Amino acid sequence: MTRKAPTETQPKRPEMRVRPTGPIVPPVNVSGNALMLVIAIMAFLACLTLGAVSMVRATAQSWQSQISREITIQIKPEENLDMDNTLANARDIAMTFAGTKSAEIVDRAATARLLEPWLGPGLNLDDLPVPRLIVITIDETAPPDFGAMRASLSESIPQAILDDHRTWVDRLIAMAQTTALIGTGVLVLVFSAMVLTVIFATRGALSGNRHIVEVLHFVGAETNFVASEFQKHFLKISFKGSAAGGALAALFFFIANMWQRRSMATPESDQATALFGAFQMGYTGYLGIFATMIIIGVLTTLTARFTVMRTIYEIDLIRSDPARTDGQPD
Amino acid sequence: MDRRAFHVVKRHSQRSNRIVALIHFENVGLRYGMGPEILRDLTFDIPRKSFQFLTGPSGAGKTTLLRLLFLSLQPTRGLIRMFDRDIASISRTEFPMLRRRVGIVFQDFRLLDHLTTYENVALPLRVRGKDESTYRSDVLELLKWVGLGERLNVLPPVLSGGEKQRAAIARALIDRPEILLADEPTGNVDPPMARRLLNLFLELNRLGTAVIIATHDLSLMDQVEARRMILSQGRLDIYD
Repeated sequence: MTRKAPTETQPKRPEMRVRPTGPIVPPVNVSGNALMLVIAIMAFLACLTLGAVSMVRATAQSWQSQISREITIQIKPEENLDMDNTLANARDIAMTFAGTKSAEIVDRAATARLLEPWLGPGLNLDDLPVPRLIVITIDETAPPDFGAMRASLSESIPQAILDDHRTWVDRLIAMAQTTALIGTGVLVLVFSAMVLTVIFATRGALSGNRHIVEVLHFVGAETNFVASEFQKHFLKISFKGSAAGGALAALFFFIANMWQRRSMATPESDQATALFGAFQMGYTGYLGIFATMIIIGVLTTLTARFTVMRTIYEIDLIRSDPARTDGQPD
Repeated sequence: MDRRAFHVVKRHSQRSNRIVALIHFENVGLRYGMGPEILRDLTFDIPRKSFQFLTGPSGAGKTTLLRLLFLSLQPTRGLIRMFDRDIASISRTEFPMLRRRVGIVFQDFRLLDHLTTYENVALPLRVRGKDESTYRSDVLELLKWVGLGERLNVLPPVLSGGEKQRAAIARALIDRPEILLADEPTGNVDPPMARRLLNLFLELNRLGTAVIIATHDLSLMDQVEARRMILSQGRLDIYD
């Protein structure tokens, strides 16, 4: 059998190749990019607020805990009083009570440092009648009997005054609770704003794709198919946006933490640490960011689903009902 | 023939007619809102494998009638049976399944601009959950048949009016509908292209699909001996 050789005058045209099938919902458009940006900004603000609130709560708790962990005995100076002996005596009396862990006399140098901001450097304590302090660490869970300790001290050492910081602790507890409450309120507001913004931005982005919903519907797509196509698309957008926002918030905390560590022991850093606490994110911080991403993802997906289903409902039941429309041109 | 036998034959004959007719309209009327009736007492059948033109002056209700035929509009009164089912008793969830048996070519094409010609034509199969490998050759063959074999990867904004029209027709045909509705399919093309499109519809009809072409174009209708459904002032006259 002979095969006819292909003639050179009629070259065979190459078969047209089809590009890989693109997604039904266009991956990039202006409204999608705007939605991604809105989600990124809201996720950033929400994560920042979440981090800030948890930091403020931790700081308030640490103030409260630090101050209630210690009590102070103050010895007032008097003529002919052997201050060192009196200090040692008071410390010993305090240590006899159950619930005390340790006691430390604030030495002359430390006392001078405490007074330095008011009286300047190079202070000679012998020249001034300065009270001396004993700092006693107590067991927070089983504190000593402050009344008995106060009575015992005043009996042996009339110059001793016991300060259990109760006034401060009460004020700090009230302040910490108020701060935490305000923080939680701000967090609720920011999250509510985020929820509403994400819902409205998703609906806005979807309105630009309404014609796609209609075409899919008219070529026989079932409602679930159309909804799932849009859900997938908006889930991707929301994850990209919220990941960017969350990562930015994490980066912010990381940079603030680095700055705090590098500038440790400087007045600015000390002030910031005292006010805000340490700018660090534990695993709970990362969990919070992840949870925010999940919330945004779920919100966007559900909004997309309900909006698509509503559009189809509108096409099927409202626009198809001539009693509800004023007519369409032929 | 006795009276009982006559009724049996009549019932059988009615049932056969219903099965033969893909679509049956009976005293159908439609008004928008509180306005006048746009369509009045329409009673007709669209038989299987039939070919007809739907015509009439602008505003006569052609597009409205096509919307009724495509289940995107409900009648104000009367009975519509499609594929032997009363559409008033069909639930909303069943509409997609019925729409799959009807192909429609919109006057404005309604191609998706971000999808290529190939992807637009394959869309009805894709939404039915079919795998691309199962329909690729069918889509390519159909695109060649409508003369778009060289325009597979082109996006609709780049296509000419005639090419868009053919892509829209191919999309309506890809899943072999039992009936094809075309709204002014030659409205945006020159006479030679209109002739080509008409041949395409005739060829399709020869293959077994019932075709309804809504048009103003008298010269197009004169080219074919076909049933004419003429809408005028909301009433329908049929010339077989």
